[in-house]
Amino acid sequence: MARLEIDENGTEKYVVRDPFHIPDMECGAMADTNSFKAAPDHNEDLGFPGELLENWQEVAIAKMGELAKKNRAFQVYLDTCVKCGACTDKCHFFLGTGDPKNMPVARQDLLRSVYRRYYTFAGKYFPWLVGARDLTKEVLDEWYTYYHQCSQCRRCSVACPYGIDTAEISMAAREILDSVGVGQKYCNEIIAKLKKTGNNLGLNPKALRATLEDLEEDLEDETGIPVKLPLDVKGADILLITPSADFFAEPHIDGLLGYAKVFHAAGVSWTISSYASEAANFGMFIGSYENMREVSWRIRQAAKDLGVKRIVFGECGHAWRVGYSFLNTLAGPFDFLDQSYPIPQHIMEFTSDAIDAGILKIDKSRNDEFIMTYHDSCNVARGSAMGRKEGGQFDLPRKVIKAVVNNFHDMERDTIRENTFCCGGGGGLLTDDLMDLRIKGAKPRMTALQQVTADHGVTHMAAICAICKTQFSKVMPKYGYEMDNIMSVHQLVANAVILDGQETEQDDAPETVAAGE
Amino acid sequence: MLSTLYAVLFYIATILLIVGTGMKVLKYARTPAPLKIPVSPAPRTRAGVVQRMGREVTMFESLFKSNRWIWIFAILFHYGMLLVLLRHLRYFTQPVWWWVELIQPFGVYAGFVMVLGLLGLLARRIVVNRIRYISNPSDYLMLLLLIGIGVTGLSMKFLMPVDILMVKQFFLGLMRFQINELPMQPGVLIHLGLVAILMIIFPISKLMHAPGLFFAPSRTQVDNAREFRHMSAWASQLEDLPESIPTEEGK
Ligand code: HEM
Ligand code: SF4
Ligand code: SF4
Ligand code: SF4
Repeated sequence: MARLEIDENGTEKYVVRDPFHIPDMECGAMADTNSFKAAPDHNEDLGFPGELLENWQEVAIAKMGELAKKNRAFQVYLDTCVKCGACTDKCHFFLGTGDPKNMPVARQDLLRSVYRRYYTFAGKYFPWLVGARDLTKEVLDEWYTYYHQCSQCRRCSVACPYGIDTAEISMAAREILDSVGVGQKYCNEIIAKLKKTGNNLGLNPKALRATLEDLEEDLEDETGIPVKLPLDVKGADILLITPSADFFAEPHIDGLLGYAKVFHAAGVSWTISSYASEAANFGMFIGSYENMREVSWRIRQAAKDLGVKRIVFGECGHAWRVGYSFLNTLAGPFDFLDQSYPIPQHIMEFTSDAIDAGILKIDKSRNDEFIMTYHDSCNVARGSAMGRKEGGQFDLPRKVIKAVVNNFHDMERDTIRENTFCCGGGGGLLTDDLMDLRIKGAKPRMTALQQVTADHGVTHMAAICAICKTQFSKVMPKYGYEMDNIMSVHQLVANAVILDGQETEQDDAPETVAAGE
Repeated sequence: MLSTLYAVLFYIATILLIVGTGMKVLKYARTPAPLKIPVSPAPRTRAGVVQRMGREVTMFESLFKSNRWIWIFAILFHYGMLLVLLRHLRYFTQPVWWWVELIQPFGVYAGFVMVLGLLGLLARRIVVNRIRYISNPSDYLMLLLLIGIGVTGLSMKFLMPVDILMVKQFFLGLMRFQINELPMQPGVLIHLGLVAILMIIFPISKLMHAPGLFFAPSRTQVDNAREFRHMSAWASQLEDLPESIPTEEGK
């Protein structure tokens, strides 16, 4: 979609704005882009061998067989791909880098070729026929490289006639790598930290309390009302599980203040837990059921210990996938919680209900400086749901945004909702050593954003994923935006909500959003 | 002599096809799915999943949305093949079922449609460099095999007619464990030979996509993880973790 545009000096130029532009293939373009490997003690903290095993080949092949027996998806996906090619132009990392090994089916084939060699008739006796190959050190290195260039976003799975989900293959590959002693620094270090302190940042309870108290002061300065951010309050109704980035990063914090205001306005008692002060669960990224379960289990323990009735999750993409789709399996049954609410519930569901109930006093004009669009975080979009209706994960955030802002425009249909492009930093790739990949992987999303900026003057984009927000604040400057052009959805809510008794500069009475609006 | 060889070949091919596919399907069915991974938005009920799968199987819905060219050729090929296969039932039934009679006139032309679709898929595999990149020799050979079956079949109909009654006697015989003579014409022999190869490789090739589709958790699972606890056998065997927060931790 090349378009004629006139810039401020009056010169005409054609600008290519096509988020789906398919680049020329460039073999090996990303072959040297690697994230750092984990130090031995971080691997060991997670129950993996510290360094590459002597008999790694044997162990890796055995692990592959074990996974095929334990996971139907892995087994079926390895067998059923017909190489139709429908997924080849669906991955943002291929679109952004042109490296053919970033085409979803080619990424799967890195592992499938080895699986065929050791586990299928054709691959054992006619390897050349079906592209089967031995597991060599080069192959292992290639796995490390390209399975850490997949954000496990599942966009390819939507396109595949059999629903083959490259994310499942990526997770399995990372688990195999871990099982022979080749871990990724970023993920493994973070999981190890969480196991020690309860959050990905290694923030101890004292520091957390101090941070929350500071935020309470800020809130009181702003509103004149003592809005609380309670920590470890036994007997509270709601346990809030939110990504630790919400405690210190921008624009995440503003989202946290938004949850606090909504809870305050709804008059519910709630608390954060210092023991489970993290929604993120990197166990998912490394495909480790055991690690994912251990991390999830902390939420169960905290809920029991604090005696809460409900669990609400803050804005985090993959955490919500784990929360919505896996938590009941990993840490259930939650028969000790109040069964009249979904377990767990998303803050968006909570706020949406509060809007429906007319509890929130909202002044939309307080967001008039922004012309908004919304980025569907892929783990929310394709790995979870919200509300009672199919597709609620797309509709609820939009409904909440539209309830608090006047100017909203969606990006092109095939780049949002179930077809959303990943931010380029998900799946355990949000590390500086992969910055080049992250910038390139963000290209399709950024191009779609540039489209709505050109068409509707969109200035800001909102998201409900901690990783997306951090990633965008880093890469948006590369695409002509400011780092604060990415916002939390509950930041918009925080801006527009007016609490009872809050003094406002404006004289006009805030409109109340009534039920059903 | 050659008839006996073909008879044995078809018995073996049939056994391999049924047993091989059956074993694979059993394996898929028995392999646990540890987590709920439907690709959302996904149906919230079993009935919804049946509808979703129905659309995938009959209309290739996802493919329709993701790649129109592949979809067109895939539909031409698969529906062509379906009609052709149904039409072939006339060689195994006596008297021929009424609905097989009914589709007979369409069945003949479906052969052309099927080959057209296959040629389209082959062309894409060769011309589109992304698809060429992901193709192995087996991917081309599979298409050539099917094209071979289609072309030899059509040639028997339109170029060098064969004694179709004799062929029918042969297959009816096989079904009663007696070996009748096949017409010794190259068209028949090549056609049947290729079909036997297809049957034999079915369970050990990507043709397993047909049954595999029904076992892909991303499409077949119901989106109800919050309402119903999903557990796999091996996961429920994992060691219990402590119910309360260990005291020495974090406080
Ligand atoms: C439940 C029944 C089936 C369904 C839903 C199904 C669906 C599909 C779909 C969606 C594709 C991908 C598009 C394409 O490349 O054509 C495909 C490919 C293919 N199918 Fe099927 N199929 C079925 C049965 C069969 C059977 C019985 C055969 C062969 C005897 C077959 C042979 C093939 C072949 C060879 C391809 C690959 C074409 C290529 O190389 O591009 N299919 N199938
Ligand atoms: S899951 Fe996402 S990142 Fe991974 S191959 Fe598929 S489209 Fe690419
Ligand atoms: S869309 Fe599915 S079947 Fe087709 S090449 Fe990709 S993974 Fe294989
Ligand atoms: S970070 Fe955001 S867009 Fe990227 S993988 Fe996670 S949810 Fe998806």
